[in-house]
Amino acid sequence: MGPPGVTHGTTVLAIRYVDGVVMAGDRRATTGNLISHRSMEKVFPADNTSGVAIAGAAGPAMEMVCLFQLQLEHYEKVEGNPLSLDGKANQLSQMLRSHLPAAMQGLAVLPIFAGYDERVQTGRLFQFDITGGRYEERAHAAVGSGSLHATTVMKIRHHDDLDREGAVDIAVEALFQAADEDTATGGPDPIRGIYPVVAAITADGYERLPDDEVAARTDALLRRIGGGEAT
Amino acid sequence: MTVPMYVSPEQVMKDRADYARKGIARGRAAVASTFRDGVLLCAENPSNTLRKLSEIYDRIGFMGVGKYNEFDQLRIAGVRHADLKGYSYSRDDVDARWLANQYAQILGQYFTHEMKPLEVEILIAEMSLEPGDDRLFHLLYDGTVMDTTTHVVIGGEADVIRERLEASWSDGDELDAAVAVAVQALAGPDRALVPDDLEVAVLARENGRRAFRRIEGEALASLLG
Repeated sequence: MGPPGVTHGTTVLAIRYVDGVVMAGDRRATTGNLISHRSMEKVFPADNTSGVAIAGAAGPAMEMVCLFQLQLEHYEKVEGNPLSLDGKANQLSQMLRSHLPAAMQGLAVLPIFAGYDERVQTGRLFQFDITGGRYEERAHAAVGSGSLHATTVMKIRHHDDLDREGAVDIAVEALFQAADEDTATGGPDPIRGIYPVVAAITADGYERLPDDEVAARTDALLRRIGGGEAT
Repeated sequence: MTVPMYVSPEQVMKDRADYARKGIARGRAAVASTFRDGVLLCAENPSNTLRKLSEIYDRIGFMGVGKYNEFDQLRIAGVRHADLKGYSYSRDDVDARWLANQYAQILGQYFTHEMKPLEVEILIAEMSLEPGDDRLFHLLYDGTVMDTTTHVVIGGEADVIRERLEASWSDGDELDAAVAVAVQALAGPDRALVPDDLEVAVLARENGRRAFRRIEGEALASLLG
């Protein structure tokens, strides 16, 4: 928990599948025990072939994303070609390291970075800690207050032959289960038409899934759970 | 003590201008022209690594001729200025007119106060969101700015190439026609340019936020027919 009055973001995750990576995040921001925003975006394109998802203090986190996007684009324009995926992850590490004093005062930012690596022709994902430690994950990653529950779903359901549809289904279910157990993670909100942000990153680039598609996947999940398969 | 020989300011300026013009005339030319879907940038450039065309910002492109290290330094300064302004304020606040003014200041400063002027000629192109409002800013070695909306030639033999371009350029061309006209103007009647001799890029309205795209290899070969 950070200082009172600071807005926090909550469960975000990334899942590797055969063609790349799916990233997803819930939409709730909380300040103490109040919901401060219902339609937060926590998953962003970092550049055309990578994405970044954030948990932690919302203000510094969004600032960090803007600066990160700027640095990647600036490098690409000045040098004439983009940074390698490792280079981008390392850049984010350095930004976290310089953010450490603020993190120690309760304004921690924890991102997930994922992208398609042209050099090895596969999706890759990275988790970080507040000191700038960078940890590459093989299959999936989650951060935020609901990450424990989201990870359980991903851990049980993930397999190596996962296709895009399967990965999106796992992402939607992981966020649903996180929201079910954690008050600071928002579940799907059909009344207002607010659904998780889900993006797929492949050799073709970063693509945010349309709300209609996420809504349809969520409806399918709810029907399945309502049918008595889950408790 | 020797008294330095008197040289009139007019003579100093003329000498500097001649020096810069000579440096620029040695290089090959580049053409910018508007077409139906945006702005075409096309340069004669046998090198595949040293670029004359580049992206500055979302809808702004850069083209430089003359001394490579000097226009590349200007290009990087432009990217830095534009990125910083877009980050501090908003992406919408970065425009070519502002950027051209920044460049004019730098070029003018060099021309009057430094040992030697910059031997460069640059072009800043801005694609508008709606057709018909594209802007081309042409900057000379002394900081002079000229703005047009249709086509510009910079570099060596610019006058001859401009005449050829004016004879065949027409408003609202498709991309392939615009490329053919530009390449024909650069080549002249006595030679033919192949894709390896050219560097081509567009700022096109269909490309989304970052409108700059290079056209290279196969894509360029098929465009040239």
